[in-house]
This record gives sequence, C-alpha cells and structure tokens, in this order.
Amino acid sequence: MNATLKHVKYVATENPVTLGAFILFSGFALLALIGPWIAPYDPLASDTLVALKPPTVAHWFGTDSLGRDILSRIIVAARLDFGIAVSAVAASFAVGSALGSLAGFFGGWADRIIGRVADTIMAFPLFVLAMGIVAALGNTVSNIVIATAIINLPFYIRVARAEVNVRRGAGYVEAARLAGNSDLRVLALHVFPNVLPPMMVQISLNMGWAILNAAGLSFIGLGVRAPQAEWGIMVAEGATYIISGEWWVALFPGAVLMLAVFTFNLLGDGLRDIMDPRMRT
Amino acid sequence: MIRMILKRLAGAIPNVIGVVIVTFLLTRALPGDPAAYFAGPAATKEAIEQVRASLGLNKSLPHQFVYYLKDLARGDFGNSLSTGQPVLTEIRQRLPASLELTLCGLLFAVVVAVPLGVLAATRPGSWVDHLCRLLATAGVSLPTFFTGLLLAYVFYFLLGIAPSPLGRIDVSFTSPPTVTGLYLVDSLLARDMELFRAAAKQLVLPALTLGLFVMAPLMRMTRASMLGVLSSEFIRTARASGLPRGKVLYAYAFRNALLPVVTTLGMVFSFLLGSNVLVEKVFAWPGIGSYVIEALVSSDYAPVQGFVLTMALLYVALNLVIDVLYGLIDPRVGIEG
Repeated sequence: MNATLKHVKYVATENPVTLGAFILFSGFALLALIGPWIAPYDPLASDTLVALKPPTVAHWFGTDSLGRDILSRIIVAARLDFGIAVSAVAASFAVGSALGSLAGFFGGWADRIIGRVADTIMAFPLFVLAMGIVAALGNTVSNIVIATAIINLPFYIRVARAEVNVRRGAGYVEAARLAGNSDLRVLALHVFPNVLPPMMVQISLNMGWAILNAAGLSFIGLGVRAPQAEWGIMVAEGATYIISGEWWVALFPGAVLMLAVFTFNLLGDGLRDIMDPRMRT
Repeated sequence: MIRMILKRLAGAIPNVIGVVIVTFLLTRALPGDPAAYFAGPAATKEAIEQVRASLGLNKSLPHQFVYYLKDLARGDFGNSLSTGQPVLTEIRQRLPASLELTLCGLLFAVVVAVPLGVLAATRPGSWVDHLCRLLATAGVSLPTFFTGLLLAYVFYFLLGIAPSPLGRIDVSFTSPPTVTGLYLVDSLLARDMELFRAAAKQLVLPALTLGLFVMAPLMRMTRASMLGVLSSEFIRTARASGLPRGKVLYAYAFRNALLPVVTTLGMVFSFLLGSNVLVEKVFAWPGIGSYVIEALVSSDYAPVQGFVLTMALLYVALNLVIDVLYGLIDPRVGIEG
C-alpha cells in the first residue's frame, strides 16, 4: 500500500498534468453536487431586457436569446451531464464486466455468444447506433443513458474477457479451487478483484467519451428537451447566433464541455500511468 | 490472394447478419403502435388495420423478419413520411456529399497525424513529443460540433476568409453535372476550375473539423507503433550496419510501423461516420447526416432506420477494405490465411 502511495506521489509530481486533472475533476464533481445552490441566477428565468448581451460584471458569461444567465445554466447543467455519463458508464461497467468475466472464465459457447454480441455492436459506427437506439426507444434522457451504455458495452466486455482469461489458470485460482470454492465464487471473489485496476482506466477514458456522446445526441435534438440546461443543447442554441457574431452563447458551454472531457481523458492517462507505467503512449 | 479476400468476405457475413437483425429489432422497439405510427396521425381505425396488414405487423416476429428481409432485398427501405420519397432514393442522392466530406476529413487527418506521430516517436520526451501528446488528448476532447462552430466563427465571421457555412456550394453557382456526385471530382471532370475552387472552399472547414477529431487516435497509434519498431532488433542491426538515418527511418521502420496504424483506421471510420452527422448539422451540409436529423426532429422513422442500416453496412464494407489492405501490406497475413 505504501509503495502504491509512493507511486501515486511520483506520478503526480513527475507529471503535473495528472495532478491538474485530479484537481479539475474534483472541481467538476463539486459543481455537479452543489451546482444549483451556487448558481447566481435561476437557470430557467428569462429576462428579455438583457437578452443576448455579451459578458458583463452581472452576467460573467453573458445571456442567451431569452435573457437567461449562461453561467448559471452551465453550472446547473453539470449535474445533468455528469449524471448521464456516470449512470451510463456504471451500467455498461456492471453489465459489461459481468458478461466479459463469464466469457473469459468459462469460454465455450458462452464466450462465443457474448463475443458475437460485442462484435455486432461494434459493427455499427457507435454514435449512429446510439442515434438509432434513442430514436427507437423514445426521445428521453433515460434512453440517452441506455444508448450510451449499450455502445460502451463492447469495450468493457473485451477488457474484462481478456483480463479474466489470462488469470484463469493462475496459481492462486487453482489454489482457491482446491480449497473448495465454486467456479462462480472463484470468479467473483478471487479473479474479479484483480481485473478491477485495468477496468478503472477504461472507466475513466470512457467517461469523457460518454459526456461527449450525450452532448452530441442532445445537440442534434435527442434526449434533453429545450428549456432544460445541458451543455450540448446550449451549444446548439448558440449555433444560430455564432455566425452573426454573438459568440458567447455557444462558446462558454462548449468550452466547459471540452474541459470536462479533457479532464477525464487526462485523468485516464494518469490512471494508466499509475496502474501500468509500461503502457504509456 | 483471391482466397484471402474471399475469406475476409466470408468473415464479414456474420456482421452483416447482426447489423440487419439489430436494425430490424430497432423498428419493432418503436414506442407505441408502429402501425398507427406509419399510418399517420389522421388515420382511421380501418386505415391503421390496413397498414398493419400491409406491414405484416399482424404476423409473428420471425414472419415479420422474413418480410423485412424481402423488402431489403428489393431495395425497399420504406418511404419518408415528411417528403413522401422512397428512403433509398434520398439516401443515394445525399450519400456522395457525406462521402466527400468524410474522405476529405480522413485525408487531412492522415496527412497531418502520421508525420507528427513519426516526429514524436523519433524524439521521445522532447517538446515535440509533449506537444503531440497534449494535442492528441485535446483532439479527442473536442466536441466536433463545437470545433465546427468555432472554426466558422473565426474564419467566416472574424476573418472573412471562409464562405458562409451553409451547404456544399455558394448559391451563386449551380452544381456540376452529376457523374460521381462528389463536387470536387465532378467540377474537374466538367473542367470548371472556378466551380472546383468554390466547392473546395466550402469543404475546407467541415473537413478540417472532422479531421481534427480523428487526428488524435491516428497520431497516438503512429507514435506508439513507431516507438515499438524503432526499439526492435532489426532496426538496431540496420543502424549498426551504417545505413543512413533516413533509410532506416522510412524504408525499414516506417513501413513496419504502418501496420497497426492501418488497423486503427477501422476505429477512426467509426468516429468519422458518427461525427459526420454533427458536422453536417453545423455546416448545413446536405448529406445523409442532415437528412436523418430532419427525420429525427419530425419523428419520421423510416429514414432513421434506413440511415442506421446504410451507415452500418458502409462501415462493415470499410472494415472489409481495411482488412484486405492489411493483407496486402503485410505479406505474413496472406501466408497464414
């Protein structure tokens, strides 16, 4: 444990970017937790007197076409965006790691069927599949979560399968079996905990992508509905104004969205450095 | 050689079957009653029943699947509710626009990312390397729709060097006679340089937007695979034999490093085809992406389904091409296969 801490400390000091990513991440997490209480204005309250005004002291990020405060909307939207991403990633982690572990541990027909499911999902351009799923299931936020979870599933299945597969014949697995543990018990209590570290890296890399995906879907008008504040839909609302020069409506939510995804990607890289320094690219 | 290609073709069949089944299931998952849906909002009860019978919705699921396959085989993707046109015709009309955009985006990404990756790999730990790493991470973090808007704002509104981000060609031009459907090629075939320039101008920003997004994985993969190859023994031998640096780098290392990069192209295409939809919306590009967005907004389901199927089949085909290409570049694959 001490060695791990030392390694974490080493990675953080050797690569200040990772440290920065950790700090940024904490900031975003805080925003998602207490956002509604620290937003200076009501994110839905429109005030036509100040409609479409550039940033001022009163409205740091300016106001949109209905006179809503953009900063407040960005802050409040953090919870929704993070909520979508976290629940989607949690769902695909839970389902994907279970399926992948079963496939990797037992092999045989279970492996073939699960592998075929993953391949079929991967045979689609993933964003296109997500669009199709949301269109078919209905245009709601929970279906965005489902669609994002489904398109991320193959990655978890594959990582879990590969990692479980190489550990299946390890000494400690044999030992646990000889001690009288059932197959499922060995898999769940002995193999699976060892598979968690590489899965964590996958989660962190996936989070950024999930946010990007959800924002993309709402940008084209799926999922989140109009008055609600969400980064993707805010960029979409600003899109019509940006070519006539009102840049702030789209720029700020877009920049925050980008920063959030960037944070997760850096964090994923940092985590990978901690877990496996050799994998660094 | 031909055997290898045939084998790859056979390998793609399960994917095609999977894609067709999933798209079929997606229609059956439509919320509410599909028959009422396809009959339109003003339909009477009898009309709905008629539609149900004509769609085969009163039959069992496997039965319906056979009907679906028959329709697909005849090239019948259904009709769009809002335009009344067959979906296949509209997709066919709009596909070249999307392809032109996607290919140009890919070309840009490859031309920039591969040399940068090589550069980073030959100087690991240097500022070039760190810059590339930062750029790569920033690149995948960019929401394509946002980059597109930003580029349009800077180059159209601020600098005024790009044309207005609306469509494939300025309204003062008429589109070239259709041969391939790709404006760049068609205008060249018509020997109309002015038209070519106009089409190229419209294309630059959207292609750049797409390219920026997929640059990152290409650059990373080039760097990683180049690093791997450069530390291998045959490179050490080549160096020790006193071969010139350039020859070692390009004739020996680069060719071998290219293989994993070609494999990454599969994933890159997945990104490209997906973000194509977003870019088309931003630049009002009249491809199949903006077609499907219009359909989504008016909950017109047949075009969406046709679009998902077309994209998936296109993607399977592209992966097949990449597979074959891989076999051509790497002779070892051919021998084993």
